[in-house]
Amino acid sequence: MSHLGPTAARHALRICGRRAATSSPSFASQVSRTCIATQPRRSYVSESTPKQATVNVERTMQQDQQAFIRETGIAPKDTTLPGTGISGDTAMSPAAGILKQATVMDEGTRPIYLDMQATTPTDPRVLDTMLPFMTGMYGNPHSRTHAYGWETDKEVERAREHVAELIGADPKEIIFTSGATESNNMSIKGVARFFKKGGKKNHIITCQTEHKCVLDSCRHLQEEGFEVTYLPVENNGLVSMEALEKAIRPETCLVSIMTVNNEIGVVQPIADIGKLCRSKKIYFHTDAAQAVGKIPLDVNKMNIDLMSISAHKIYGPKGIGACYVRRRPRVRIDPIISGGGQERGLRSGTLAPPLIIGFGEAARICKEEMEYDTARIQSLSTKLSTALLSMEHTSLNGDPSAHYPGCVNVSFAYVEGESLLMALKDIALSSGSACTSASLEPSYVLRALGNSDESAHSSIRFGIGRFTTDAEIDYVLKAVQDRVTFLRELSPLWELVQEGVDLNTIEWSQH
Amino acid sequence: MSVSTANHSAKQVLSLYRSLLRQSAQFAAYNFREYARRRTRDAFRQHKSEKDERRQQELVQRGLRELQVLKMKLDGKRWRRDDREIVEGEG
Repeated sequence: MSHLGPTAARHALRICGRRAATSSPSFASQVSRTCIATQPRRSYVSESTPKQATVNVERTMQQDQQAFIRETGIAPKDTTLPGTGISGDTAMSPAAGILKQATVMDEGTRPIYLDMQATTPTDPRVLDTMLPFMTGMYGNPHSRTHAYGWETDKEVERAREHVAELIGADPKEIIFTSGATESNNMSIKGVARFFKKGGKKNHIITCQTEHKCVLDSCRHLQEEGFEVTYLPVENNGLVSMEALEKAIRPETCLVSIMTVNNEIGVVQPIADIGKLCRSKKIYFHTDAAQAVGKIPLDVNKMNIDLMSISAHKIYGPKGIGACYVRRRPRVRIDPIISGGGQERGLRSGTLAPPLIIGFGEAARICKEEMEYDTARIQSLSTKLSTALLSMEHTSLNGDPSAHYPGCVNVSFAYVEGESLLMALKDIALSSGSACTSASLEPSYVLRALGNSDESAHSSIRFGIGRFTTDAEIDYVLKAVQDRVTFLRELSPLWELVQEGVDLNTIEWSQH
Repeated sequence: MSVSTANHSAKQVLSLYRSLLRQSAQFAAYNFREYARRRTRDAFRQHKSEKDERRQQELVQRGLRELQVLKMKLDGKRWRRDDREIVEGEG
């Protein structure tokens, strides 16, 4: 095989030599001359060493650049790359380019965050209390034999007290879970399966606008042989008390209605539902992930038996939540997760002290600041919704009075919601729940309100929170007004509407 | 977080107010920075004419605690535990 190498080299040299001789001096030929040792005379034995045969990419590029500058007189720093606005210098050195982009990002291309129903930023005060438990104080709170365990256990119990205080419960009634989804599963499946053991009660009532995890848990139970009533809602998004009362049967074991809806922000009449359920001796579960810390809640006054809470909706860390399980009268549930018997045996598994302590602090701050935050969110919300609704053909989804002000869901008729979201790239918004934001299906919540497909498609949810500023709302208002007008100008439907044509009278030709 | 009138010397309270505002400005994130400033300002305004002496004391304490948090946030001292392990002292 030793003869193959020299043959190949000879072949390459012959081609190279011929090309160099025939073409006029170009960049490429200059490069080849410097980088590959060319022989002045033909010889059958090449004296080239491997070092001479390698192409030094950087040097070649430099030589090419220098040749270009010599020829045209244009230095990279003086030009911009057409169509991008990036200077030639950045384009030629990728590392510098990335750095420059990064600084521009820092200076203000980060979108405005207005999706507080999906999640909220972690409050710096919360982070501050969490940090020691992520570094030095790493004990297992269930370790009863040493100081590491005691110190975390003490703080975990304090956090439990803070969460309990926020909803007017006893600390012993708080069960820490991984979040509201787990709490919902635990409550609904737990109560249902416990009653199944008794064998009598097998009926559950919930509502069509619930969060997916509640609906899915119920669907799961249907497969296990339970009967589920999905209550319809009225046009304003509220559950009617008469319909609920009619739906209750002797074998009903659980009613699950969410406190604040995550998409439209309506507040259900929880106190009334609680009273009704208590009088019929039915357990009442409420998914209060969007309500806790934002509106005043009291589990005893409202007769709530089970409640799901999430930390990351109240400026706490993600990955932690709680389930309130009433002790008097005692709510019996069948645990989903079994194991070491932590959390009264309802949710086994080692607790996560940093997350729980952060959650506790978030709950404490929410209680302390509720008055201030509510007033502020109310004022920003009023400003936003009045300005948006003063535009032509816009409507607020959900009841305007029984409404949490931090969630404003508006339909912009004759504008495609997804394209408006695309046009509003500088604002972090969503057309509905984050869980379904990947699909282009219209929101099932808005459909349940009786909205048409078009209207459901053209809706956008604005979420206002503790850290939203006035300047941000001003910017958003201007941006929305500009871009809705722009998109409507493009729409042929809008043109028809402006001419006074009623779109419902048009007979669209079928294909 | 309060501006008290007579007893807690106005100077002291004013200095607390100023340091709170100064620390607030150190936040890198826009939303947190604006919130810290706004919250400080609003809290001091709200309790501008607080007469009850004990309440004044309480509010000043609260302000000091908030200041502590803001400062900790910045120098990251809380990352270290304040107590040392047993073998540490012997060496």
